Amino acid sequence: MSNAEMRLACKPADYKSDIKAIWCPGCGDYHVLMSFTRAFAQLGLPPEKIAVISGIGCSSRIPAYTNCYGFHGVHGRSLALAAGLKVTRPDLTVVVASGDGDGYSIGGNHFIHACRRNIDMTYVVMDNRIYGMTKGQPSPTTEPDFDTALSPGGTDLRPFHPLVVALASGANFIARCFSGEPNETADILVEAINHPGFSFVEILSPCVTFRPDEREWKSQVHPAPVAATDDPAKAARRIMTDDGFNIGILYRGKREPYRPEFGTQSVDPAELEKEFEL
Amino acid sequence: MTEVASLTVAIVGSGGAGALTAGNLLLEAASAAGWQGLLTRTVGPQIRGGEAAALLRLANSPIGCLGDQIDLMIGIDWLNAQRFGAELATGPHSLVIGDPRGGDPPPTVAASGARVVEIPMKDMAKDIPDGRPNMIALGIAGKLLGVGGDILTALLEKHLAAKGKAAITASEAGLRAGFAAAADLDLGSRLAKPKPSATKRWLASGNEAVGLGAIRGGIRFAAAYPITPATEVLEWLAPNLVKVGGALLQAEDELAAINMIIGASFGGTPSLTATSGPGLSLMIEALGLATASEIPVVVIDVMRGGPSTGIPTKSEQADLNIAVYGLHGDAPHLVLAPQSIADCLFTTQWAAYLAETLQTPAIVLSDQFIGQARAAIERPADVAFIGQRLRATEVDGAYKRYALAAAGGVSPMAVPGTRGGQYTADGLTHNERGTPTSSAVDHQAQLDKRAKKLNEFVYGAHWATIEGSGELALITWGSLTGAAREAIERAERDGIEVTLIAPRLLSPAQPERFAAALRGKTRVLVVEQSHGAQLHRYLRAHYDLPDSVRVLNRPGPLPIRAGEIHRAITEWRH
Repeated sequence: MSNAEMRLACKPADYKSDIKAIWCPGCGDYHVLMSFTRAFAQLGLPPEKIAVISGIGCSSRIPAYTNCYGFHGVHGRSLALAAGLKVTRPDLTVVVASGDGDGYSIGGNHFIHACRRNIDMTYVVMDNRIYGMTKGQPSPTTEPDFDTALSPGGTDLRPFHPLVVALASGANFIARCFSGEPNETADILVEAINHPGFSFVEILSPCVTFRPDEREWKSQVHPAPVAATDDPAKAARRIMTDDGFNIGILYRGKREPYRPEFGTQSVDPAELEKEFEL
Repeated sequence: MTEVASLTVAIVGSGGAGALTAGNLLLEAASAAGWQGLLTRTVGPQIRGGEAAALLRLANSPIGCLGDQIDLMIGIDWLNAQRFGAELATGPHSLVIGDPRGGDPPPTVAASGARVVEIPMKDMAKDIPDGRPNMIALGIAGKLLGVGGDILTALLEKHLAAKGKAAITASEAGLRAGFAAAADLDLGSRLAKPKPSATKRWLASGNEAVGLGAIRGGIRFAAAYPITPATEVLEWLAPNLVKVGGALLQAEDELAAINMIIGASFGGTPSLTATSGPGLSLMIEALGLATASEIPVVVIDVMRGGPSTGIPTKSEQADLNIAVYGLHGDAPHLVLAPQSIADCLFTTQWAAYLAETLQTPAIVLSDQFIGQARAAIERPADVAFIGQRLRATEVDGAYKRYALAAAGGVSPMAVPGTRGGQYTADGLTHNERGTPTSSAVDHQAQLDKRAKKLNEFVYGAHWATIEGSGELALITWGSLTGAAREAIERAERDGIEVTLIAPRLLSPAQPERFAAALRGKTRVLVVEQSHGAQLHRYLRAHYDLPDSVRVLNRPGPLPIRAGEIHRAITEWRH
């Protein structure tokens, strides 16, 4: 089958595992899973050539719900695990799934360095501005006055701006999506995966259980009024000044993806001992 | 002048004075002349201006430790030497040479009754254009030890070729001045002629040997974060992995490093990281992930003084507990320890093989002493251990990554790209397919599987070094094996037979083999460099010891010398 025929033959269902997805009813992550499988089908990639890597949290349940290779690792370290996989297996398509706690709090340092390193993979963060799996504690993107049992009256801390951090750290593709628009999200994921280097896709994905107010996101989101720029300065101004609900591709960089130099020829390991000989 | 089998030399100076350079050149020259040699470094954490000493033992047959006392100590200056006076053990026979302008020798020198001679190395160096006192110190050492000036000159020409003719001329003039200054001095003993060696000889450090062992064992990817005293493992691997089609990636921290190699190994590439105590602490959570998801990785821990930042530049054997017991939950994995510089090669290679074969992480406990020591050694024998992972290459029907029916508990692993083998590796308790579950039955079954694959594997004779006979068993591990062996040889000359037991495989424990090794032994002497006697407690946890047990333990950085162990043996009359 040619690649084009392969693409036509692929259906989203081919990328779903037989494990029943379990999130709270109404969770945005169901739609994100749908966007994943739609994007994979559009790309026409064989499922065994895709690896979906995650850490810990509601969002990180995604790998097992796909029919791809997956890794559900420890909290916050998915980007590092994915980097090791991608540099040694450049033939694979590597997609990393995370959330605002996993990705921006415990995994914050890896986020910065993954952007800077610019390895060819796609990082999808389902941001619901709350720790859902531990039942409602503030995350780095939670509003300062949001009241929780762990932070009575709110944290009084300025929220983290993941898109600005990504841009400043060197991410090569930056987009914002809304889980309630799975087709549009799938299209953006296709572009993110196809774009060389480190692609960062923030998906606003409501937690209806601990943040019922996020049901309003549906009416707040709107398509980005202008097309993506490749100028980081323009992108910075735009990302820093928009209302946080601007949906679309916001930045497409031109950095060359990074991969450490792997030797192309293999000397006999016995040769390596020569430097020790007296 | 008496002829002796070995001489121990210290070249001391503040950081940057060139003591280590002089020591390395002396080792290389003596090795070229046919002697065996071992050079360890003792330095402060500062790059410049701290204390530094090259401790060097030359011998006419293979050695595994430094001498009990220093025969010749040359202080280029003594500015910071009092900080480690206790590590520079001298005695009445010792010859100590210092520069009158370099301060006073540490008080331990005078207290020991050592002979002190003054040579104005700094002033002599000033008389030579671009002269350096460390070359004069090297000349003095060469003269007193009988290492030929022609060999040293040839080495200078080799190592300084890039720096140009002027540098070589200056260094040679320094050497000559040192030889002349020592002309009337007498060390009182002379090193016996080297015994001819049939095998090829190498000059290598333990950290370099670890690197070569890793590549020989099949490792093709490393990710790591720099840390003293493990960095040389990484610096050796970075260019050499590329030569064999691999690569090293510098991670942002140790949390990333360990997860990167788990990712690479998940993709099918045998992978390794190297670190020291603080880094190992950070890696522990992910080592549990590798255990649970059955992903092979190798972690080299070049141990240093702990806890916390401890003494980064100096040796201790106090990471045994964290390596064996540090993982939360019941997490069987491999822990191994090399016993010499040469064994750093073998044990790392074996660890890579075992990790791949058993699909589990392996921690290799080297230490600063053997890691940063450089020695002339006989070329280690080739061994056939190359990691071979059991793979699922053709998958029909529903693939069970963690199949319980697998022989020996090792189930075939599909790597990404294998059609039909898709599964999600998971740190959550999972069933045979890898699907997360909180079922008591699945939990028990998978814990059983992971314990079984380690416990049923036949590790062979490499699990421990067992030598000699005698009802007294000396049990030690890691880099102390060399000093223990020498102490036992001395005891044999006194007519006391001692059995040496040094486990190379610390986890999983080998109760049956250990019981067999201890059969007929009535006394056990445990020797270890740990304040908390971690080896002793480990032995108590896993093995039955006879009633009569003594423990010789001390924290780092003071080495436990062969003489002390010898005394512990001879003074234990029963």
